[in-house]
Amino acid sequence: MFKIESKNVHLYYNDFHALKGISMTVKSNTVTALIGPSGCGKSTFLRLFNRMNDLIDGVKIEGEVLLDGKDIYNTKGLRTDELRKKVGMVFQKPNPFPKSIFENVAYGLRVNGISHKNFIEERVETSLKQAALWEEVKDKLKKSAFELSGGQQQRLCIARALAIEPSVVLMDEPASALDPISTAKIEELIYELKNKYTIMIVTHNMQQAGRVSDMTAFFYLGELIEYDHTQTIFTNPKDPKTQSYVTGRFG
Amino acid sequence: MTHLDIELKQLKEEALEMFDLVTSQLKKSKTALLNNDSEIAREVNFNERRVNALELKIDKDCENIFALFNPLAIDLRFVLAVLKINSNLERIGDIADGISRYVAATSGRFDKELVHQTKLEDMFDIAVSMLTDVRASFDTEDTKLARGVFKKDDSLDEINANANSVVEDIIRTNTEKTGQCLHIISAIRKLERTGDQVKNVAEEIIFYIEAKVLKHLPGKNTNE
Repeated sequence: MFKIESKNVHLYYNDFHALKGISMTVKSNTVTALIGPSGCGKSTFLRLFNRMNDLIDGVKIEGEVLLDGKDIYNTKGLRTDELRKKVGMVFQKPNPFPKSIFENVAYGLRVNGISHKNFIEERVETSLKQAALWEEVKDKLKKSAFELSGGQQQRLCIARALAIEPSVVLMDEPASALDPISTAKIEELIYELKNKYTIMIVTHNMQQAGRVSDMTAFFYLGELIEYDHTQTIFTNPKDPKTQSYVTGRFG
Repeated sequence: MTHLDIELKQLKEEALEMFDLVTSQLKKSKTALLNNDSEIAREVNFNERRVNALELKIDKDCENIFALFNPLAIDLRFVLAVLKINSNLERIGDIADGISRYVAATSGRFDKELVHQTKLEDMFDIAVSMLTDVRASFDTEDTKLARGVFKKDDSLDEINANANSVVEDIIRTNTEKTGQCLHIISAIRKLERTGDQVKNVAEEIIFYIEAKVLKHLPGKNTNE
């Protein structure tokens, strides 16, 4: 069974046809990069899997979106907050809460009704370690998250996403606002995290897609043009449009 | 045209220059050897430095393109191919240089009958024609031309395979020609090796244009 699957998904923002019949399967413990020019539908596609598009007025979705074989839009009793426990998300701009480093990571646990102090402390430490941030913050957990650098804030957001133990992590250009050192740390982290999670990442950086992903999907004007092993996409893509995009000739 | 396009175009022009230089070297080494022309032989030896310098320049340019532009897909295959083609062409340059050095090492003109019987001149012509074909293939991206050289290389292999017995016969009856025979057999070996180098170049051109790897595959001379 595939971890994630979309079957003939169409998405409309009012009259605008943003996704046109996307069918794609993703295996567990893989990193899938979504690439394509701005406005091609890749972020919209990413947001399908935690139902973030539902928040936008005038959105209409057709087709099936499956997580662990269950249709996340049409399964009775599947609540969005339950879904988001399984599917974490990291955004382009680090967006820590105006709270301490510790409370940022503990937040997801607390809103899910967990109050056991030792359990929370343990989970915060584990999540910060998984996000490769523990060593840098272990002595200042009570300090404001805003005191951290941009790269540290982004890793804090990753720790926050991991704290609720999702099985899928969605990342929307997670390193585009970071310097090369922080970017390298995030990329290294993605590589480590795939042992435990299934990761889908939107990126405009071709080299980043090449470095971190197993599979790459190229979107153009709302269509999935090509989906293949990353090596194939970057060395011998089948579709001329993919070739033109990855070689920087359009998009 | 993007900045990368400009860099790739320049790299292609340099590679074509390398093709032309090496083809000219091979043609001149033929003239030098068959006419015992020590002046042309010296010219080949002198120009070998140009071949080496151009090889280094192309290597450096490939390295820069990898580092600065991170080429992908067909661009990546192109730069990889040029890097390897460059190395093969430089080796052919070495071969032309080596053959030209036999002129100084031989006293007098090579015996015409000896040259005729060993098909040395044919070998030069086939090798030059193969080189011309791959150069045109590289320039026009016509892989049919590249595939054509595999068959031509078979002719070089055949001449090379027969050369030993031909030379043995000549030495048996004309021992005074032994020195010339040894040089000729060495030149034949080098020209056979040239065929292999050109075949490598053809494989790289097909890799770059069609993304197919033909290395170590039998039956490459098909037009598929």
